[in-house]
Amino acid sequence: MSLKNQVAIVGVGDTKVGVVPGMSATQLYVQAAKLALDDAGLTKNDIDGLITSNSFVEPYMYHAEMIAEYMQIFPRYCITVPTGGGTTGAALHHAASAIVTGMADTVLVTKADSQITGMSRAKAIEAMATAGHAQFERPYGLPIPGYYALLARAHEHAYGTTAEQRAAVAVACRKHASMNPAAQMRDPITIDDVLKSRMICDPLHLLDCSLVSDGGAAFILTSAERARDFPKKPVYLLGVGEGHTHEHVSQALSLTSSAAREAGERAYKMAGLGPQDIDFAELYDCFTPVVIIELEDLGFCPKGEGGRFVEGGRIELGGELPINTHGGLLSHCHPGQPGSMFAITEAVRQLRGECGQRQVRDARTALVHCQGGIMSTHCTLIFGAEQI
Amino acid sequence: MATGSDKPIPTATFETRPYWEGCKRRELRIQRCAACGHNQFFPRLYCTRCFSDRIEWIKASGRATVSTFTIVRRPVSPAFADDVPYVVALVKLDEGPTMMTNIVGCAPEQVAIGMAVRVTFEDWSEEIAIPKFEPA
Ligand SMILES: [Zn+2]
Repeated sequence: MSLKNQVAIVGVGDTKVGVVPGMSATQLYVQAAKLALDDAGLTKNDIDGLITSNSFVEPYMYHAEMIAEYMQIFPRYCITVPTGGGTTGAALHHAASAIVTGMADTVLVTKADSQITGMSRAKAIEAMATAGHAQFERPYGLPIPGYYALLARAHEHAYGTTAEQRAAVAVACRKHASMNPAAQMRDPITIDDVLKSRMICDPLHLLDCSLVSDGGAAFILTSAERARDFPKKPVYLLGVGEGHTHEHVSQALSLTSSAAREAGERAYKMAGLGPQDIDFAELYDCFTPVVIIELEDLGFCPKGEGGRFVEGGRIELGGELPINTHGGLLSHCHPGQPGSMFAITEAVRQLRGECGQRQVRDARTALVHCQGGIMSTHCTLIFGAEQI
Repeated sequence: MATGSDKPIPTATFETRPYWEGCKRRELRIQRCAACGHNQFFPRLYCTRCFSDRIEWIKASGRATVSTFTIVRRPVSPAFADDVPYVVALVKLDEGPTMMTNIVGCAPEQVAIGMAVRVTFEDWSEEIAIPKFEPA
């Protein structure tokens, strides 16, 4: 059974992002849910399925149940997916499957965290370093940017990718953020600014790294049939695919390519579409080299040519393939596991035509790619303004 | 590199004890499958190629090649503050498996992909010595 054309997003909501004082992680989850319900014209009692990811800052053993309890909703389908960047796409995949198989009719997916207000920056960085293997990686003292620096260096060595090319990714995201009043970082930057920013882990500079943020986002998914009765234009799921290769980077099958390839192939196959059919893409951009690898693995250019692909404004609004039209994790916000939620809510708003100054003209088909771990877990989503 | 007591000292498990005992004796040990000859690291119960349980420990040559590396400028935690800048690398052992390590014994700027390195050990506690690599 294919999920193509079977489900649609009928409501989206983003909280304020950046520094959001006076809001706990739990409050951000629930505020995002409220905003998505309002957008969909639903009440909380219409929700019979709930998916969350655990908060890093304020975890619970049964997180989704805790959010349901807080909202006083009593779903018949309720699950917490892991606390990772790639699981947002997987959460939508699960929600779609639950709807098609009758486990739920209307699924709310909400994710948030308060990585600034809820914990100090130093603590956040140190806590994220527990990602490595306790015996075989952590003793070597690698911060999270360093894991991605290993991949950036390998890509540089194999294909001649340059610091300027990586910087072009950060510049494009910032340009788009400058057109998005909701974004955390809105002052335009140049390639030179990126290259002159502090070196964090060679070859990655500070501006090659994504933000640390508070914030949350939610979406509501229902069957394509029911979706016709909602106030806003439904956005249909056309394709979805996942790929999973490892947990630890020292066990990765490749340092220069990823399971984005398999995830993308599976999503394209379901949709009956290819990279040439995509109007814009929201690509996971925790660090700039990731976008270059994803552009290659998702078939937007041949392997090794991602660096050249991002040059000359091709990935900027008005270019051949605008990416991260809200500003991405690099410039819009990155509260941790909710990161890709904003990619999904942005794709929905673009396909509805609600994005004002940063609207992609004639946006019909969007690709969202979610990545988690250290290029460990991947999910590609393809959305359409219409069923195809 | 300093060996601050706040560093994340590994705790050997039933599965990894032969590895850590080897390090203490200045031997880098990996696993070999007696059924298919596959060499593997991290340590596991079964062979990752044929899933046989006929897993044996062997002494690796300690020779490896740098696959990729980074120079860490901002320490991961205060325990590593005295070490910056330091090199973290993935190295491919001559026997096949890849492992994460620090490259020591040379300036960070001298490290390059493809560089030949050999294992050296740094004592962190009575039980644990950490394998690192230096230019061969
Ligand atoms: Zn075997």
